[in-house]
Amino acid sequence: MSVLVYIDTADGHVKKSSLEVLTYGAKVAEELGTSVEGVVLGTTTEDLTALGKYGVKKIHHVANEALNNFDAQVFTKVLAQAAEASGATVIVFSNNLSGKAIAPRLSVRLKAGLVSGAVALPDTSNGFTVKKNVFSGKAFANIAVSTPVKIIALNPNAYQTIAGEGTAEVVALNATVDTAKINITNVTKASGEVPLAEADVVVSAGRGLKGPENWGMVEELAKLLLAATACSRPVADAHWRPHNEHVGQTGVAIAPNLYIAIGISGAIQHLAGVNRSKVIVVINKDPEAPFFKAADYGIVGDAFEIIPKFTAAIKKLKGVA
Amino acid sequence: MKILVCISKTPDTTAKIAFTDNNTKFDVTGVQWIINPYDEWYALVRAIELKEKDAATIIHLITVGAADAEPIIRKALALGGDEAIRVNADSHDSFYNASQIAEVAKQGGYDLVLTGKETIDYNGSSIGGMVAELLDLPYVSLATKFELAGTKATITREIEGGEETNEVELPVVVSAQKGMAEARIPNMRGIMAARTKPLKVVEPIAVEALTAVAGFGLPPAKAGVKLVDPENVEELVRLLHEEAKAI
Ligand SMILES: Cc1cc2nc3c(=O)[nH]c(=O)nc-3n(C[C@H](O)[C@H](O)[C@H](O)COP(=O)(O)OP(=O)(O)OC[C@H]3O[C@@H](n4cnc5c(N)ncnc54)[C@H](O)[C@@H]3O)c2cc1C
Ligand SMILES: Nc1ncnc2c1ncn2[C@@H]1O[C@H](COP(=O)(O)O)[C@@H](O)[C@H]1O
Repeated sequence: MSVLVYIDTADGHVKKSSLEVLTYGAKVAEELGTSVEGVVLGTTTEDLTALGKYGVKKIHHVANEALNNFDAQVFTKVLAQAAEASGATVIVFSNNLSGKAIAPRLSVRLKAGLVSGAVALPDTSNGFTVKKNVFSGKAFANIAVSTPVKIIALNPNAYQTIAGEGTAEVVALNATVDTAKINITNVTKASGEVPLAEADVVVSAGRGLKGPENWGMVEELAKLLLAATACSRPVADAHWRPHNEHVGQTGVAIAPNLYIAIGISGAIQHLAGVNRSKVIVVINKDPEAPFFKAADYGIVGDAFEIIPKFTAAIKKLKGVA
Repeated sequence: MKILVCISKTPDTTAKIAFTDNNTKFDVTGVQWIINPYDEWYALVRAIELKEKDAATIIHLITVGAADAEPIIRKALALGGDEAIRVNADSHDSFYNASQIAEVAKQGGYDLVLTGKETIDYNGSSIGGMVAELLDLPYVSLATKFELAGTKATITREIEGGEETNEVELPVVVSAQKGMAEARIPNMRGIMAARTKPLKVVEPIAVEALTAVAGFGLPPAKAGVKLVDPENVEELVRLLHEEAKAI
């Protein structure tokens, strides 16, 4: 028996969301009185033993180059072998883009009930239930899982990473790897910027900014806070900003520590994508803007006056010129 | 080319979220039902665009749902598509629904199965992957573009901080999101035509659900916004640093 955590990598690097699921997996294992193991697919340049500080004791590594090409079908079969090797009864994924591709497939393959979008530890006091977000963050549901093997896909930023002491034992897993049917022919990444889904801080702006030429101050603020930038849907629809920055019901759903919304009215569809943020700051010139109802802090004022002052005050705090 | 588009019925995005029966059921009082936006705007419309390019394309729509799902699947037919299939079952969990869809897909011999990114009520983002595994087909999740050349599909999907282009031979299962297609509205002709398009009702296969909803809840209300004087922006920075510990 064990809790198995899928350690997701990109370009051979362990993703930040993987550290969250490792911390979470370790806690689940503690609750169930068992140990946590991890699995890494593909080659990596990282020292996997160091992941032991997040509680994982043993990592199964399938260091097969074929797995550097992501194909959910191939990955699922390999993970099924890892699940067997570790005798997993609970398998944990991040509910990130890879998790969303693989976890449902593995659920079918292992006939293991899946809770995707989990936001808390399982409750084992009466069966096995896991809390997940539903209605785009406007409510939650407790999902009861009755199958012998259970799969949890944890929402990014829903569980705090804790680093302690320890090293993990890395064992090579000799798994059968099928030939991928999916061929990755091109990858484009906005280099040097913080990926929106993983960002701790997000600076977002809406139609209140009037036009794409005014985003310089948003980008400057974001850079200062090591934040990702986001926008409301009409802004992406008008091509002021790339569509992958669009947050909300029909865009990306995020849950950063801090969400700063500038010149965004706070329509319900927008809130649906950002209401899981821990702290929300709203800057809007209209005191009646609905966003203020969902905010923790707010300033009623003109973004074009407030943002430069805000940026200057943060520079002062951080001691940068 | 034969396409199966998965259509689900969801509450309107502005619907009030409340629960009844001791917080075990979604309160449907006064709720307007719509086609799940991802299914309509991206999966279905992309299928229609493919048919507009190649008239030999056949589009079938499928929904797993009771009779009350019929207005929704009719509305989807009004946008486009040749026929609809309703699996006559109350929606259970994702695995149950996926099993019903996979069964119909097996019978139909489709080249492409399209789902939306996720349902906006359950937010599972799971059914596409499950259908793919049940059919033992490749799966491209959260696709933003889909192009076809003969039997080869070129699909762009979202990855953290970017995009990835995938090439794959049909058949394939794809979940669709923003970027896939331009939204359109049904016209009168479509609405009239939909009335005469076939809507088949099939009975579900026996499947055990793997999960069940034990109860719902609402997140705790926010304490209320703390407004800072626009003349004193430094105070906001202080609060974010000292009180919220967010910067
Ligand atoms: C089915 C459906 C799905 C949708 N999905 C999404 C989604 O995923 N994401 C999304 O964002 N929207 C979505 N929308 C659209 C949504 O309803 C709103 O129309 C949209 O969020 C509004 O964008 P906005 O706040 O940028 O613009 P507006 O509503 O125009 O608001 C602009 C705001 O800026 C303020 N402002 C103006 N000038 C200034 C200034 N100088 N300084 C400070 N403030 C200023 C105004 O007071 C106003 O509050 C969806 C709609 C539908 C119907
Ligand atoms: N009851 C259903 N009938 C048909 N298709 C569905 C149903 N529920 C979900 N789907 C499809 O599966 C996608 C993902 O749903 P989910 O996994 O519930 O988020 C949706 O966008 C639909 O395309």
